[in-house]
Amino acid sequence: MSHSAPKYAPNKGVAAAIKKAVGKDAISVEESHGEIAVTVKRDALVPAMIALRDVCEYQQLMEIAGVDWPDHDPRFEVVYCLLSVTKNHRIRVHVWTNEDEPVPSVTGIWPVAGWLEREVFDMYGVTFAGNDDLRRILTDYGFVGHPQRKDFPLTGYVELRYSEEEKRVKYEPVQLAQDFRSFDFMSPWEGADYVLPGDEKGASK
Amino acid sequence: MSLQPELSPTTGDEAIQNYTINFGPQHPAAHGVLRLVMELDGEIVERMDPHVGLLHRGTEKLIEYKTYLQALPYFDRLDYCSPLGMEYSYVLAIEKLLDLEVPLRGQYLRVLFAELTRICNHMLNLGSHVMDVGAMTPNLWMFELREDCLNFFERASGARMHSAWFRPGGVHQDVPLKLLTDIAEWCDTRLPKLFGDAVSLVADNRIFKQRNVDIAVVNKEDALKWGFSGPMIRAAGIPWDIRKSQPYDVYDRMEFDIPVGTNSDCYDRFMVRVEEVYQSARIIKQCIQHMPDGPVASTDRKVVPPKRGEMKASMEALIHHFKLYTEGFHVPAGSVYVATESPKGEFGVYLVSDGSNKPYRCKIRPTAFSHLQAMEMMSKGHMLADTTAILGAMDIVFGECDR
Repeated sequence: MSHSAPKYAPNKGVAAAIKKAVGKDAISVEESHGEIAVTVKRDALVPAMIALRDVCEYQQLMEIAGVDWPDHDPRFEVVYCLLSVTKNHRIRVHVWTNEDEPVPSVTGIWPVAGWLEREVFDMYGVTFAGNDDLRRILTDYGFVGHPQRKDFPLTGYVELRYSEEEKRVKYEPVQLAQDFRSFDFMSPWEGADYVLPGDEKGASK
Repeated sequence: MSLQPELSPTTGDEAIQNYTINFGPQHPAAHGVLRLVMELDGEIVERMDPHVGLLHRGTEKLIEYKTYLQALPYFDRLDYCSPLGMEYSYVLAIEKLLDLEVPLRGQYLRVLFAELTRICNHMLNLGSHVMDVGAMTPNLWMFELREDCLNFFERASGARMHSAWFRPGGVHQDVPLKLLTDIAEWCDTRLPKLFGDAVSLVADNRIFKQRNVDIAVVNKEDALKWGFSGPMIRAAGIPWDIRKSQPYDVYDRMEFDIPVGTNSDCYDRFMVRVEEVYQSARIIKQCIQHMPDGPVASTDRKVVPPKRGEMKASMEALIHHFKLYTEGFHVPAGSVYVATESPKGEFGVYLVSDGSNKPYRCKIRPTAFSHLQAMEMMSKGHMLADTTAILGAMDIVFGECDR
């Protein structure tokens, strides 16, 4: 059994090379699902990235993804996907941060990071120190909140329409004709963390 | 009559000021809803600030509230010019997390239709590119071919554009033999004829060359630094194609060439795409030639639902069907970044699973986002009219850029 996702150069020896290049700034180098993920200390992100680019030949920054883990401290994970066109290999660099602790910007290394960081800021509210153009990018002008956070509702808070009377676009609090439905498919004996209806006695044990 | 040079009307005490204009959001050459705030010195672009996000629909947020299968059709609506290219990364990401094997016929069908999507996408882009710089006829001819492609998609999946035909584990349905023979015949006759005619009108045309040659030259270092991919990086002279260097499905069994540009201008980007169309036709013909018989999707009933006929006779199949279309399948916890060569470049999906039936996080890596960011770097110092050529050669679709 094996999947048919893109096959790049084998991971053999890569983890050791990364550990050597990044040094003690790398908190962990893990391999799972055939991909290498490097977790780096937040303050040491820029020198680690320069080492990865110059020593390990990861020339391209393809993507910066934010992930919100509300139960984790610090809360936000910022994931950098790097690509080496000479070694034909991909790795991911992970950094953890909070709302009020900025991540060092990598715009000095890859100018493409400018918009990618803007998007993470827009969606999660993670700030990047050194990015001099940290405006919102995908959401509306004057948008409030960070929509990709897990505590931001799927429906949002405001809806907009064109008002024929006032001849302008108006924002109003969102009104749902039907309650928002979310189905929980976790089996009760696998992962449900609520009390089963009718089983209140069992839960108090 | 005395001959003396005409005095410039602006010499003297007048101060010349740059002015700022809006290009779009409603502009036919903006390829959608792009707003460019441009600072012009006469007709020279001094500064450019692209504003994107006017088509932001929150796809990534919506996907977090859907099961893995329900989230698939959202990918058609990202790059609506090449829907199957978008689905490809997503199904491969799920398969990588599940470590799910796809039967050979399913792999061949996916490659075949991904390449048909590439032709379909390039027809639209090449056509609109030439129209942006002033030629009308090639666009109409290429839309004929695009229409043919859409008919093929309809015959395979039932939908012209939003096919939703790929599935984690293979494809949804097998195709009739007549469709494959029709595609093969089309690749041999109609495509080379009509496409060759259309390209011959512009490829050596003086006006077309004046508008494209030496416009927005990007060197190799910049192409790497700005995260270019697809035809944009190949036009810059870097022979990088994920289908070749990181083959997925049966691309490693295909024989095809990677066209590379020499000058890295808009004309090269155009010509790289022209050659890619012929190479895609080559791959399609090889797929049809070598495609084996067999199942088109994995027979792992914990992921791929059974066919209707099977359900009539088997209780087990009925249960699987019910479970898969209500709860869906669970994907083991973990995260993967899977990128494929979509017609526009590297289209990636960073998929984080927490072990449940819904993606915990699905970050979509659009190609247009990085390319558009380089717009200011590429068009600085060029004329206002060149921006449409630069934009046309970038191949941008806002469904994908804004998500």
